[in-house]
Amino acid sequence: MKILIPTPLRPYAEKKDLVEVGGRTVDEGLSQLTSRYPDLRRHLYGEEGKLRAFVNVYVNDDDIRYLNQEHTPVQDGDTLSIVPSIAGGCCCYGCCR
Amino acid sequence: MKEPATQPALSNEEILRYSRHLIIPEVAMEGQLKLKAAKVLCIGAGGLGSPLALYLAAAGVGTLGLVDFDVVDFTNLQRQVLHGTSDVGRKKLDSAEETLREVNPFVEVRKFETKLSSENALPIFRDFDIIADGTDNFPTRYLVNDACVLAGKPNVYASIFRFEGQASVFATQEGPCYRCLYPEPPPPGLVPSCAEGGVLGILPGLLGVIQATETVKLILGKGDALIGRLLLVDALGMRFRELKLRKNPDCPACGKNPTVTGLIDYQEFCGIRGEEAPVTAGVPEITPLELKRRLDAGEDLFILDVREPHEYQICHLHGHLIPLGDLPQRVHELDSSREIVAHCRSGVRSAKAVDFLRQAGFRKVTNLKGGILAWSDQVDPRVPKY
Repeated sequence: MKILIPTPLRPYAEKKDLVEVGGRTVDEGLSQLTSRYPDLRRHLYGEEGKLRAFVNVYVNDDDIRYLNQEHTPVQDGDTLSIVPSIAGGCCCYGCCR
Repeated sequence: MKEPATQPALSNEEILRYSRHLIIPEVAMEGQLKLKAAKVLCIGAGGLGSPLALYLAAAGVGTLGLVDFDVVDFTNLQRQVLHGTSDVGRKKLDSAEETLREVNPFVEVRKFETKLSSENALPIFRDFDIIADGTDNFPTRYLVNDACVLAGKPNVYASIFRFEGQASVFATQEGPCYRCLYPEPPPPGLVPSCAEGGVLGILPGLLGVIQATETVKLILGKGDALIGRLLLVDALGMRFRELKLRKNPDCPACGKNPTVTGLIDYQEFCGIRGEEAPVTAGVPEITPLELKRRLDAGEDLFILDVREPHEYQICHLHGHLIPLGDLPQRVHELDSSREIVAHCRSGVRSAKAVDFLRQAGFRKVTNLKGGILAWSDQVDPRVPKY
């Protein structure tokens, strides 16, 4: 499956915008992704190992929350999109900028 | 959306002005009168707000409310096209009002020079039909969403990050709201790093006009609005994708059993209260003047620059460049027996670097307070600020 990495998370995936992984479910695909890029893990998962609420995952154009969550099956050639919330014109909360 | 009462007529001058609208059947006289009767509130007169307000004014939206408490800054001009060079230092609302009146004197501009808050949002929203969210921070995003749901007004949403954007129409009766998509905000520690800040100037232009388009479509009742649809814009690839959004029946704001029955403290909701001075508190600091004094006295100080290579190209203090993100892997390049002064642009990233190095056992490391910006202000004005 192809996993599309959104801009805010690319620094943690060696600046890649697209990563090809194996796996037959969303969970397997994301596991392979975070094994390859461990820095991504804390951005995608909370302490209890659940996907963070401000990160949405889509298989093609469907939200996995309305399919079978992390157990949603993924076919070869499907695209997984990670869609985090972004706030607007600046990067973050009144930091360096 | 509730049908607004239509104004009686258009003057001959208005008819000529809007001629190109009147001759297309999707607008026509009926549509133009709807635009004239419409009241749209634009939250933010900046990156997104600029194209949004400009096009809504040009289109003949009768009443435009603008909410902004900021002043035009020189660095805004790269993308906030409502404002010009001679507006630097002026209130954004005053600059915006002047430009919008010039574009279309038939538009009534109502200014709200205030930070939108839980106290004022609902009273302000009351007089408007559609809310267009052009803000740039998570607490306000959630405030606007919740207020729109409580007030029953559609929320025409767009947000941007560097060269990507999102757009949708939230809080309609049948469609999802922002919380259906993002029930919780990211905690401040997980928001993308400062080093990745900045935005392609055209991007809010692209998304702001998409917002204006959706607003006009809602007013006219024509076309397919982005209800239940999340538009993802990738400006670098010039790709537009769409994801399906569903109304979450358990949504705390717009679901069957809403728990959001009033507006809350959104700073606290986003975990910001008490986070305003993150790592800078408690980290040893040196001022630019003190640094200059010690360098001039011949002290052997190691200057560590934790900015990005493209920032070094703008200006530098001849420091050794290790971007903050690379510091853990490159810490062996540093000699802990030497006195190290870390700096970045404004002192926040370098404070994190100093904190990291102290935890790694470095004892002689301090943070340049205010960064290279403060060096330019206090020591050497030839160093450009950016």
